[in-house]
Amino acid sequence: MKSPSDFELSRRKLLAGSAASIALTAAPSIVNAQVPAVEAAVADVSAVWKVSFTVNGAARGLTLDPRTTLLDALREHLHLTGTKKGCDHGQCGACTVIVGGRRINSCMTLAVMHEGERITTVEGLGTPENMHPMQAAFVKHDGYQCGYCTPGQICSAVAVLDEIKAGIPSHVSADLNAPPQLSNAELRERMSGNICRCGAYSNIAEAISEVAGRPA
Amino acid sequence: MRSFTYERARTPAEAAASAMRKPDAKFIAGGTNLLDLMKLEIETPAHLIDVNGLALDKIEPTQEGGLRIGALVRNTDLAADARVRRDYGVLSRALLSGASGQLRNMATTAGNLLQRTRCPYFYDTNQSCNKRKPGSGCAAIGGFSRQHAVIGVSEACIATHPSDMAVAMRALDATVETVRPDGATRTIPIAEFYRLPGDTPHIETTLMPGELITAVTLPKPVGGKQIYRKVRDRASYAFALVSVAAIVQRDGTGRVALGGVAHKPWRVEAAEAQMPRGAKAVAAQLLADAKPTRENSFKLALAERTLGAVLAEAKG
Amino acid sequence: MRFETAATINPIDQLKVVGKPADRIDGPLKTTGTARYAYEHHEGVSNPAYGYVIGSAIAKGRIAGMDLAAAKSAPGVRAIVTADNAGKLGKGDRNTAKLLGGPDIEHYHQAIALVVADTFEQARAAAELVRVDYVRTDGAFDLAAVKDIAKPRAVFGGPADTAVGDFADAFAAAPVQLDANYTTPDQAHAMMEPHASIAAWNGDKLTLWTSNQMIAWGVGEVAKTLDIPKENVRLISPFIGGGFGSKLFVRSDALLAALGARATGRPVKVALPRPFVFNNTTHRPATIQRIRIGAARDGKISAIGHEEWSGNLPGGRPEGAVAQTRLLYAGANRMTATRLAELNLPEGNAMRAPGEASGMMALEIAVDEMAERLGMDPIEFRIINDTQVDPEKPERPFSQRRLTECLRTGAERFGWNKRNPQPGRVRDGRWLVGIGVAAAFRNNLLTKSAARVRLDNNGVVTVETDMTDIGTGSYTIIAQTAAEMMGVPMEKVVVRLGDSTFPVSSGSGGQWGGNNSTAGVYAACVKLREAVAQKLGFNSAEAEFADGEVRSGNRRVPLAQAAGDSGLGAEDGIEYGDVDKKYQQSTFGAHFVEVGVDVATAEMRVRRMLAVCAAGRILNPKTARSQVIGAMTMGVGAALMEELVVDERAGFFVNHDLAGYEVPVHADIPHQDMIFLDETDPMSSPMKAKGVAELGICGVAAAVANAVYNATGVRVRDYPITLDKLLEEMPDVG
Repeated sequence: MKSPSDFELSRRKLLAGSAASIALTAAPSIVNAQVPAVEAAVADVSAVWKVSFTVNGAARGLTLDPRTTLLDALREHLHLTGTKKGCDHGQCGACTVIVGGRRINSCMTLAVMHEGERITTVEGLGTPENMHPMQAAFVKHDGYQCGYCTPGQICSAVAVLDEIKAGIPSHVSADLNAPPQLSNAELRERMSGNICRCGAYSNIAEAISEVAGRPA
Repeated sequence: MRSFTYERARTPAEAAASAMRKPDAKFIAGGTNLLDLMKLEIETPAHLIDVNGLALDKIEPTQEGGLRIGALVRNTDLAADARVRRDYGVLSRALLSGASGQLRNMATTAGNLLQRTRCPYFYDTNQSCNKRKPGSGCAAIGGFSRQHAVIGVSEACIATHPSDMAVAMRALDATVETVRPDGATRTIPIAEFYRLPGDTPHIETTLMPGELITAVTLPKPVGGKQIYRKVRDRASYAFALVSVAAIVQRDGTGRVALGGVAHKPWRVEAAEAQMPRGAKAVAAQLLADAKPTRENSFKLALAERTLGAVLAEAKG
Repeated sequence: MRFETAATINPIDQLKVVGKPADRIDGPLKTTGTARYAYEHHEGVSNPAYGYVIGSAIAKGRIAGMDLAAAKSAPGVRAIVTADNAGKLGKGDRNTAKLLGGPDIEHYHQAIALVVADTFEQARAAAELVRVDYVRTDGAFDLAAVKDIAKPRAVFGGPADTAVGDFADAFAAAPVQLDANYTTPDQAHAMMEPHASIAAWNGDKLTLWTSNQMIAWGVGEVAKTLDIPKENVRLISPFIGGGFGSKLFVRSDALLAALGARATGRPVKVALPRPFVFNNTTHRPATIQRIRIGAARDGKISAIGHEEWSGNLPGGRPEGAVAQTRLLYAGANRMTATRLAELNLPEGNAMRAPGEASGMMALEIAVDEMAERLGMDPIEFRIINDTQVDPEKPERPFSQRRLTECLRTGAERFGWNKRNPQPGRVRDGRWLVGIGVAAAFRNNLLTKSAARVRLDNNGVVTVETDMTDIGTGSYTIIAQTAAEMMGVPMEKVVVRLGDSTFPVSSGSGGQWGGNNSTAGVYAACVKLREAVAQKLGFNSAEAEFADGEVRSGNRRVPLAQAAGDSGLGAEDGIEYGDVDKKYQQSTFGAHFVEVGVDVATAEMRVRRMLAVCAAGRILNPKTARSQVIGAMTMGVGAALMEELVVDERAGFFVNHDLAGYEVPVHADIPHQDMIFLDETDPMSSPMKAKGVAELGICGVAAAVANAVYNATGVRVRDYPITLDKLLEEMPDVG
C-alpha cells in the first residue's frame, strides 16, 4: 500500500529514530512530583518508580506513576501503539504481548512489575517491509478486518504454537498425558482469549494452520 | 485507580509484616483480578506489595506423597505439570477450562483462590452491593441473577465464587498454607477456607488481615476417574453457569464438588454416599436447601443433568 | 456523474484488477501494528492531556449538585468540563440524547463531566473524586410493560403501517396458519476499538482524530454542537477499529475531547472505558414481533403480517424489523405495523443491518414453523413463495433476485438432503445434531459519493475521498477500482481515506459503502481519463488505458509522461437518478447451519456454517467473503449469547463489559464456508456491485434457531437461545 503507508512510514521512522529520547524524556509530570524518584531497588517504597525492561530487543527506561499498566507504558510512554486497548480489563485480548516468552494481557499488569524482563510486541515481530511469517499469513488469509484485535491475535498465535510445542495441554486436549495436537479445535480453544468482533476467526485459524505447517 | 505506594517484597514473612504495617495494603502477584477491580475503584489499596519476587513458584512432592504448590505457580504451569496431569487430572482440567491462555500465564495459584465474584452489581459502583459496600444492600436480589448462587445464599448476598481451580481443589481436599504478619505459619483445609456470605459477604475467606498464602498442598493421589465439566453459554473464555468436579472410583464411590452455584466451591460429603445410586440422588442431597431466584432456578436441573453426564462418563 | 439508467459496458468490466481476491493493501500496516487508530496519533500532537469521562449514575432525573472541589485539587488535574461550564451547546440531529448531559439526565451513563489531567492515571483517579447529587425520577425501562401504549411510527422512509389486499380476511380464511410472537433483545456493537478521539484546537479551528464511519456527518454534528462553522472542523479517521453502526455518529468522546482541549489549551485524548461504552453509547433496540402467515395447503402464502414493537428515548426511532417482510415473500394480502414506545434506556440506534437483522431473526423462524405446519421442506416453501417483483407493487421488479438459486446451491453444497425433517432424531455421541436454513435479505442503498484522483509524473494514481475503512476493505477495493480505470497495477495506486479535507463520500454504513464509494472513484477516474486524453489530443471515448499507458490508434504514451511535471487531477462523484425507485434493489442469500446440542446440558455449539450470497458484482472476493463470514459470526452471537440485560428497576444494561456481554470467541466458530453467485447488477451503479456486509448477518440467527429446533424439537422464540430455555424440554438423561 502506497498510502497511508508512505507517509505513515516516514512518521514511523521518525519515531523510531527518536524513540530512546522519548522513552527517557516523555514521562509525564508525575503525581507528587516533590517525592524524589528512586532507583528500582528491591523493597523500596515510593510514589514514583523507575523501571527498565527490554522491548523488542531494545533497552528501555521509564519513570512512571506506579499505576501505569504495561499496556499504557507501551502505548502512551513508548508510543508503541501496535498493542491495543480494547477493554482494559482482561476481557478481550487486544493487548496481548509476549513477556519472557509467554503471552499475557498487558492491561492487567503494572509496568513496574516487569523490571528487567523481555517484552515483545507486534512491532517486534516484523515490519511492513519484513513481516513475520505469522503476519504474512494473516495478510494472505485475510485474518482480520478492522485490524484492531490483530496485533493481539498475532502475538497470541505466535505464542500458541510455542505452547503446543512445549506440550502445554488445553481444555480440548483429549488426553492430558499425551502431547497436544495441532488440530483446528486446539487452535480455536487456545485462541479464545482474543476476541475478534469482525469475526475473522475462520480465516485466522487458516493463517495459523499455515504457519504451523498443517492444513486448516 | 487510587494512588498507592508500591514495594517489592523479598520474603513471605517480610511481605506479611509489611501488609500489617501499612494500612490498606494488598499483595499483588498476577494482578488479573486485583488490577481489574482497582481500575474501577472496587479495590482501593493504599499500598501494593508485589510478591512476584518471592520464591514461591515451585511444585514439590510432599513427604505424605502429595504435592506442594507454591502460591506463585502460574495457572498454566500448574495445569501443565506432568504430576498434576497424571495424578490430579481434575485440577488440570479445571484450570484449563478457566479464563484464557494469556490470563492463565499470569494468574497464580493463590490469586486464583482469592479472586472475587463476577457479579455485575459488585462491578458497578453505582449499584448497591453488600460485598463491595457493607450495608448498602444487594441489587442482584430481584435483579439480573441468572449467573448467581442457588445455595448457601443469604439475604445480604447471592454472589458466586468464580474459580474453577478452587472447585477441583475442594474435591481434592487441598490445604492452604499461610504465613501471618507475626511470622507464624498455619494450614487451613480448603473446606474451611471459604465462608458463606451470611451477614458479612465482604469477608470471603478465613484469612486474617495481612496473612499471605504461601502454598496449596494436595494430599497423595486418590486415583479414580477425574473429570471437570464446565457448562457455559460460550464455548470458552467464560465463567461457569455450573461446573462439576468429580473423582469417581471403579466401584462408583467418590467425590463431587460444584462450581457456579454458591459463594464457595460446593461440596457436601454426605451426599457423596449417594454416588453409586446416580446423579438424581446425589443432587437431591447436595442441593437440598437450594434457594434459587426465578432467573437461576434452571441451575438445579442443570447441575443434576451435568452430574449425570459426568457420572456416565466416569463409568465409561 | 449522474447514474440514471442501466450501466453498459465500461472499463470496470475488463476485470483485470476488480473482482480479483487481492490481499488488503493496508494488511501489512494492520498486522505489524503500524496502522494508526484514533487514540494513537502522537505525531503532530504535542504534550496532550488526558480526559476521563464521568457518566450518570441514574437513568432518569436531574443533577441537583456537583462537588468538583476534591477532583479539581487532585494531582495533575487541569480542567473539569461539565454542562455548567461548557458554554451553550447544540445537539446534533443524528443523536437522540445529548452527548453531555446535565442538569437533566436522559439515560444511565450519559456523560456528565470530563476530567482532564496531565496523565491518564491522574484523570481516572480524579474522576472518582467528583461527587454528584441526583434527583431520580421514574422512567420506563420494560418494553413488554409499555408495549400496549406504543404509537405508530414511520422508520427508514417506510410508513408506520402498510396494507395490501385484505390481510385479516385472507388470514382468517387460510387453511394453514401461524400466529406467533418472537422477541429479540437489546444488542451491543461491541467493536474492538472503543470510541476514542484526540482533539486539538489551533485558534478557532478544531482537529479531531477520531474513530468514525461517516466523516461528513461527523463534521456537521460537531460544528452544530459547538456552534462553529463546518469549515473550522477537521475530522481525521484513517483507521477504525470496528464500527457496525456504533460510530456512524460522533459520540461523547469526540465532543468532550474538543471541550477539554478548549478548556485546557492543550490537545486532549479521550477514550471511552469499555464498561462505560454499553450504556453511554448506542445499541440495537430490543423488539417484540408478531408474525402471522396464512397459506393454502399447497404452500402458497395468501396472507402475511408482521408487527413490531420497540422502544427508544423520546425522539428516537424504531428498530424497523418489518421492512423485509414487505419484500421477501409473495402473497396477495399483506400488512405490517411499526410501533414505538418511549423508554428511558440508553439510545437505541443503528447496528449492522438495522431493522432487517432483527426482523429476519423472527421472520425466518416463522417461515420454518410454517413449513413444518404445511409438511413442506422449508427450502421448497421459500422457493414456492419467491417473487421477482415487489409484492406490494407488482409493476416494480427486482433489479436482480436470485434467492432460489442461493437456496438450491446451498442445499446441494451443505448436504441438505441428509437432514432428517423429524426433529430430535440425529445423535452424534453426546450431541443431538440438527441443521437449519434461513433466507438472507438486505436492501441495497444508493447514495452519492465523491472522490479526487491525481496522476503524477511517476505514473502513480492517488485517490482521496473521505470514505472510511472500518474493516470492510475500502482501501483495497478503491485501489482496485482506480487501477482498473487507469490501467495501472495496484502498486501504482495510493489511497487516502477518512479525512474531511477530502471529497465527501458515501461513508460506511448500511452496506452502502462498497458500491457507492467505488462508483464515486469510478466517476472521478472517468474525468481523469478525459483530462489525460484531452491533454494528449486523444479522443477520450477511444483511448485505452492499460499497462501504465494510454493508447489511441497507433499512439501510445506512458501515463507518467502524460501527467507531466505538474500532474493531472480530477474530482467527481456519483449521483443517482431514480433507478432505485423503478427497480427494487436488494441482496439475497441463504444461510445453512449445523448445530450440536449437548443432550445433558443443552449447551449449543455450531458445527458447520455455509452462506450463499447473490449481491451483484463482488469487487474483491477475499475481503467480501470476510465481510460475510464475520457477519455470520455476529449472527451466531445474536442467536446464542448476545443480550444486553435490562435492570428494569434502575434502568440500565447490567452486563456492561466484555465479560458480561458475551460475543463469540474462536471456539464458538467452526470453519465457515461461503459462496458468491456470479452476478452483476447494472442497476446498482457503473460498478454493478451491491453490499454484502449486512446481508451476511440477516437470517443467520434464525438458521441457528431452526437448527436447534431440528436437533432437539424445542422451539425457542426468544433470543438469545440459551440452554436454560431448552433444558426443561430436553430428553431425560437419567
